[in-house]
Amino acid sequence: MRGLRNADMLETETTLERILSELEQADSLDGMQSVSEALRDYYDVDHLVYHWVDSRGDQYGCGTYSEEWQNKYVAENYLRIDPVVQGCYRRFHPVDWKRLDWSSKAAREFLRVSAEYGVGNQGISIPIRGPNGQFAMFTVNTSCDDDTWERFSEENRRDLILIAHYFNEKALEFEPERQPEQSQSLSPREVDAMTLLAIGYSRAQVANSLSISEHTLRVYIESARFKLGALNTTHAVARAMSRGLIVI
Amino acid sequence: MLRYIYADQLGNYPRLANEMFTHRADQFRTRLGWDVSVDARGHERDEYDDLNPLYVIWETAEGGHGGSTRFLPTTGPVMVNDHFSHLTSSPIRSPNIWECTRFCMAPGQGANVAAALMLGGGELMNGFDVRHFVGVFDARMVRIYSRVGSSPEVLGSIGEGREQISVGLWEFQKEAQLRVAQRAGISPEISKAWFERAFGLKLAMEFAATA
Repeated sequence: MRGLRNADMLETETTLERILSELEQADSLDGMQSVSEALRDYYDVDHLVYHWVDSRGDQYGCGTYSEEWQNKYVAENYLRIDPVVQGCYRRFHPVDWKRLDWSSKAAREFLRVSAEYGVGNQGISIPIRGPNGQFAMFTVNTSCDDDTWERFSEENRRDLILIAHYFNEKALEFEPERQPEQSQSLSPREVDAMTLLAIGYSRAQVANSLSISEHTLRVYIESARFKLGALNTTHAVARAMSRGLIVI
Repeated sequence: MLRYIYADQLGNYPRLANEMFTHRADQFRTRLGWDVSVDARGHERDEYDDLNPLYVIWETAEGGHGGSTRFLPTTGPVMVNDHFSHLTSSPIRSPNIWECTRFCMAPGQGANVAAALMLGGGELMNGFDVRHFVGVFDARMVRIYSRVGSSPEVLGSIGEGREQISVGLWEFQKEAQLRVAQRAGISPEISKAWFERAFGLKLAMEFAATA
């Protein structure tokens, strides 16, 4: 991996990183809503939706489905037959809609009606397990052929899994008994690793300096990245610096 | 064959479930002397079995439990953070890291079954973009992991000799996956097919739709 220089990092914030910064700064459901719209436009997909059930059983959501579809969904009680919900509830692996069971008559009818309301024929849903039994689901869907979808999914699935969890981290902030800053502070080892990366050390050099293997280093980076809401190491280092968590 | 079964699907596999929990009691309480709870049915279960984990189970040719292991994402409650945090520098929490626990072999099963379970773990990593597994294991497992060609990196240990308990880390490596497949005596294509079947193979759906 190439060394990271301060100037590089500050100047190369991508559109996606900028949207994720907006997500990080959101302090209300409205803020999350506008991030979901920005992400839909960025990925150029039909819809992007995040939905969660908090520790008290209350449900919230944000996303780009039309009001008409949301009302229809509730009125028809589609929750009971929606194969996406059936396939994701109590799971924790990402689910491609193609792999769900759409064979029942009710599911086929649901699919037909949802298409009328602009829901895409291709989709990926990412179930999320949070602390204390919290459950959430993040979905991206669009209308396209199988090959186009396969390419989109291959290219973006990894980022989408992370983004799904960043929506969830944000939602957890709105939980009433939440301890602020609980999950965001870096451990001393994580601070060391991020600092050395920020001053341009390679991974091998960082591992060597900290007397750990590169393998172990990757776990420090992985958990720091998640705490920082970042998509990759460069992004994580930039965020740690902009938050003043590391000093170089 | 390899089965991938969430806890809430175990009811469809009563024999596998019954034998898995019984063999866990054999292994963890009887053979290793761990302080685990065994219920009236002779099943070893803990609080993580109630969190709807995903089990990877080796089903023998006779339809019985040959071995199994258990997975949970580290974004929710996991053993390494709840009980072994003194062995790691900070809580391990990431959608890219899953915890792997209760690696159990049925009595009389060989190293090929251990390898098959590791192979199943590799399919999860590859199929679901999981980069690492983290797990708690005892000294005896170190030899087994090494024999199947998939040694973890130890993050921290307590105790000495046979009593030693460690927290370790696995990373997905394509070469290791091929080596493990070889030890298991399973071709990578077949392993992939078992995984695809468990998580909804597209082909099967097309057959079903035209049937």
